[in-house]
Amino acid sequence: MAEAKQNDYGYRPFTAGGFKFERDEYFAHISWPGGTHTMPVDAFLRALMRDISWNFFYGVVNFDQVFGTTNHYGNVDAFAGLYNAGYRNHNKHHVENFKTDEVRAVFEAMLDDWTNEGFDPFAAPEETGTPFGPKRGNNRAAINRKRLVANRMTGMKGDIPLRSDAAGNPVNRQFADVPQDQPEIHAEPGFENEVHAFNFFGYVSRSDVTWNPSVCSAVKDSQVCATTEEFILPIIHGNDRVEWFVQLSDEIHWDIQDRDTGTPRARVVMKAGDVAAMPADIRHQGFSPKRSILLVWENNASDLPELYAKKKLKPNPVDF
Amino acid sequence: MMRRETRFGSLDHYEKGGVQVINDDARNYAFSNIFEVASKSEPYEKVAVGKNLKYVLEAIRAEGTSPWYAAAHDEAAIVMDGEVEIRLVKLDTKVVADDHEGTTMLEGNPKGKKMGYIVARRGHMALLPKGAAYQFHAAKPGVILLQTIGGDLTAERWKDICQK
Repeated sequence: MAEAKQNDYGYRPFTAGGFKFERDEYFAHISWPGGTHTMPVDAFLRALMRDISWNFFYGVVNFDQVFGTTNHYGNVDAFAGLYNAGYRNHNKHHVENFKTDEVRAVFEAMLDDWTNEGFDPFAAPEETGTPFGPKRGNNRAAINRKRLVANRMTGMKGDIPLRSDAAGNPVNRQFADVPQDQPEIHAEPGFENEVHAFNFFGYVSRSDVTWNPSVCSAVKDSQVCATTEEFILPIIHGNDRVEWFVQLSDEIHWDIQDRDTGTPRARVVMKAGDVAAMPADIRHQGFSPKRSILLVWENNASDLPELYAKKKLKPNPVDF
Repeated sequence: MMRRETRFGSLDHYEKGGVQVINDDARNYAFSNIFEVASKSEPYEKVAVGKNLKYVLEAIRAEGTSPWYAAAHDEAAIVMDGEVEIRLVKLDTKVVADDHEGTTMLEGNPKGKKMGYIVARRGHMALLPKGAAYQFHAAKPGVILLQTIGGDLTAERWKDICQK
């Protein structure tokens, strides 16, 4: 719920159940019955942007080691300290459950009010202005982008369109050397809509957002999602199912922690051509020194979270 | 402006990262490299490098002309290295049962109408539509990453390809 009165910096406070959210020039302040937490507002807005855009995504979206959301697909937990061993061990955590639409409305209004003109939460830091300071304007064009989900394959008739200069999708500055040639398609008459191919790397090189997977091809519930990554994944993603990464260009370094406690488990360094699973019981955060292309491979089956939660499926994808 | 070089992998040149264990088992991550797998594979061997329950990602060494294949569902091919011609035929009759999942190899040449062909190079993604037969041809060795469902032709040899 939004409160009408702006603070001295021009920002409105927001509430969701017992959670209260306020911002000043540099920080987002979160409070709940029994505790408070502070995040740099740039990190908070980048995490908030992904949480909204992905409709709370698969599993847990940790904004940092304290605050975040858990998606139950229809309803959402907002939590403080739930997946932090220090908070849990001393019973200092706090969780509230909301209908998805209700908490989403609060988060959308907060993102709208707190995002200043010139700051794009989806952009790499080098590509955007500052989020700091007193309120000035808004950036609705940036925060209202829609997540792209291909039904069959990007570029097919009636599906997600291809990107081009003419459509307003220039090649990103860090992908200037990515070839933009299209495959040769020689379709016989009558098969123009079924003989289909496109420059997948070129398409991704024209993405103007970072850390935001979009579905490019689907085989039933198998979704190949493409995303361009630069700087830091703004959330720490806690898995509720196995997902896989295929590094298509350059490299990303991943910090892997236990999903429930945050205890470090591994580092995974991925270079072009590397493939790695993210098990169902971990959380992960990536670091991409140069803008890179990552294929995120998801299984969208709706029964998976329950099967993993009840341990009917093992958290690792294969045994050998 | 500083110029950045985008680094892709290939059969001729790839660098491999890895899992640095802190408190875990590296096998949980099933870490492999597509180019390394393809460099050790037979032409058109379909080696799983990713498995998510019934779904797989297969690394395929494209070299010469493949058999003809078909599936009862769409499949998607990403060319990771080289140049691959993909030939498509609309099958006259159903050769794979609707409930059969994964890729099926056909005997000989398929019966049906030519749909056309695609010439795809590194970074290109092509649809292998359900109801069609397809064949790959690569004059020089290349690599395909195939999005499909695990089937009769899927080779799983995790012990050989993954970091332990």
